Amino acid sequence: MPASIRDVMPAFELFQPASVADTLGLLERHGSDAWIMAGGLDTFDWLKDRIQKPKVVIDLSNVSELRGIKERDGGIEIGALTTLTTITRDPLVTGKYRMLAEAAGLVASPQIRNQGTLGGNLAQDARCWYYRAGWPCYRAGGNICYADTPTSLNREHAIFEADRCVAVNPSDTAPTLIALDAQFVIMREGREQVVSAQDFFVGPGIDITRLTMLQPGDLLTAIRIPGTWAGKELFFEKVRDRQVWDFALVNIAAAIDGSASTITRTRMVVNGVAARPHRLEAVEAFLAGKSRTPEVAEQAADLAVAGAEPLRHNAYKVPLVRNLVKRAIRGGAEWTS
Amino acid sequence: MDILTSALSPWGESILVRISWDLFWAALVGGVLFLLSHGSYMLFSPHHKRASDDVDQLEAAHASLPPRIERHSFVARMFHWVMAFSMLSLVFTAFLPVVGVRFAWVQWHWMAGILLTGAIIFHIIHATFFMDFWSIWIGPKDLPDAKAEILRELGADVDAPKPGKYPLGNRLYHLAVLVAGLGAISSGILMMARVRTPIFERDPFWMSDAAYGLTYVVHGLTGVGFVGMIIAHIYFALRPEKFWLTRSMLFGTISRREYLEHHDTKRWVANK
Repeated sequence: MPASIRDVMPAFELFQPASVADTLGLLERHGSDAWIMAGGLDTFDWLKDRIQKPKVVIDLSNVSELRGIKERDGGIEIGALTTLTTITRDPLVTGKYRMLAEAAGLVASPQIRNQGTLGGNLAQDARCWYYRAGWPCYRAGGNICYADTPTSLNREHAIFEADRCVAVNPSDTAPTLIALDAQFVIMREGREQVVSAQDFFVGPGIDITRLTMLQPGDLLTAIRIPGTWAGKELFFEKVRDRQVWDFALVNIAAAIDGSASTITRTRMVVNGVAARPHRLEAVEAFLAGKSRTPEVAEQAADLAVAGAEPLRHNAYKVPLVRNLVKRAIRGGAEWTS
Repeated sequence: MDILTSALSPWGESILVRISWDLFWAALVGGVLFLLSHGSYMLFSPHHKRASDDVDQLEAAHASLPPRIERHSFVARMFHWVMAFSMLSLVFTAFLPVVGVRFAWVQWHWMAGILLTGAIIFHIIHATFFMDFWSIWIGPKDLPDAKAEILRELGADVDAPKPGKYPLGNRLYHLAVLVAGLGAISSGILMMARVRTPIFERDPFWMSDAAYGLTYVVHGLTGVGFVGMIIAHIYFALRPEKFWLTRSMLFGTISRREYLEHHDTKRWVANK
């Protein structure tokens, strides 16, 4: 039923495993009946609104092997259960990948960052209120998108890659990890599977009921960031309605290799504009070998919004993306011309 | 096993949303079981074929007929294969995601649907004005043929029915495809108002949620119906005793002997 009862969760069987092996055993036993809970910030909304009523909840909070940050092959590996606050303060992250620490530090509020985990921030569900209200939309298994009608409130929704559903990915850390060419480690059917951050997220055309490739029984265990972009110029900016405790209207993450005047190569990703983080591959190809000038930035901005299809109330996202791309290209430096 | 999926609308009404995907698996398993059981029956049953001597006599009596007789014109064959391509595309794009093969299927699905709709419109015009329109339909006059066909399949020694251009099985299949096809196309066109296409302006509230729910159910039912029908069609097309029909759909003609063995020369007069 639509969300109406709050603070009284439906009954479920609670498991609190102490190891990954035990967790996988529980997932194998309970399959699609099981709901994985990390920090609980997405989970408790669903449960208290009584939209999701899992038979089994697997609370990961005791699985210590999923926490922590360590060096690995010139890069770092972050356990999926590592809190966002830990990431903002960790010297390995702040030293090599400051953009990720900044993005984690801009998630919601301090209390939420203390409790929220990197895995949870990446795997969280869409925040479209029509979907969250329990209406039978495409994402909920129905046959309509209530956010994409002439009278919908769709100010925060997608301008790219809308395929029936127009919900967006709300994560702040996801675009930074794609820009850093990270890999996600997933345990599936007892085997470790490593996928690129870009492939971890899926659009509605591929699977309209999920934002990620995680299927029932899968467990995201770690995020590996290669050393490729360590120490390079990294840029993250988040635009939101209020400066604390808010999801991004649009955010951008860019990893840039080059000099103060020239860009050799770059990876640039915006989020909050599609159901998965939107990598600006045309912009990346265009910028290779270009000088950092206002004219180049203007052309890159045009490329960034090519193909955008705003809804009734979110056309403002088009100039927002354009300006964020220009700011990322400029970085902290003055224009060279 | 669930048959239909329902949900509560924002106004608290219980509405149908779509069929349950259990029905797809039922259609798939049913189709496979049918071909296994029919194949086994054809291997071990006492069903009758027309005696070779009879056909020899018929050939001698109709020696003036050409050795090859046109059964399907080039245009009719093109329609058939375009329809087959679009139908298979529709079924695969619809159900591969259900079995776990993930891809952006919606645009391929509606484009295949447009191709099928165009082919059907062409076929209706072509069949109405350029073909023997009534030769494909069934009616009360087919009851004796149906009875004889069943008796022969059961091993009874009765005269083989000799249809006109299309055997009774062909015509029954055409009728089933007609009903399911019109249901799938009409519901599919209505559903296109809910997705982004360059053809219609998107309007998800063109009908009520309840009416759209029924539309999705009709589309789903006809879709899973086609799964079973396509399995049966391909199976019969590949069966040795039916392969002369398949060959005629590829090359257009049948031999004089096949014509005389399987058709009533009065009900389907071959061009000389």
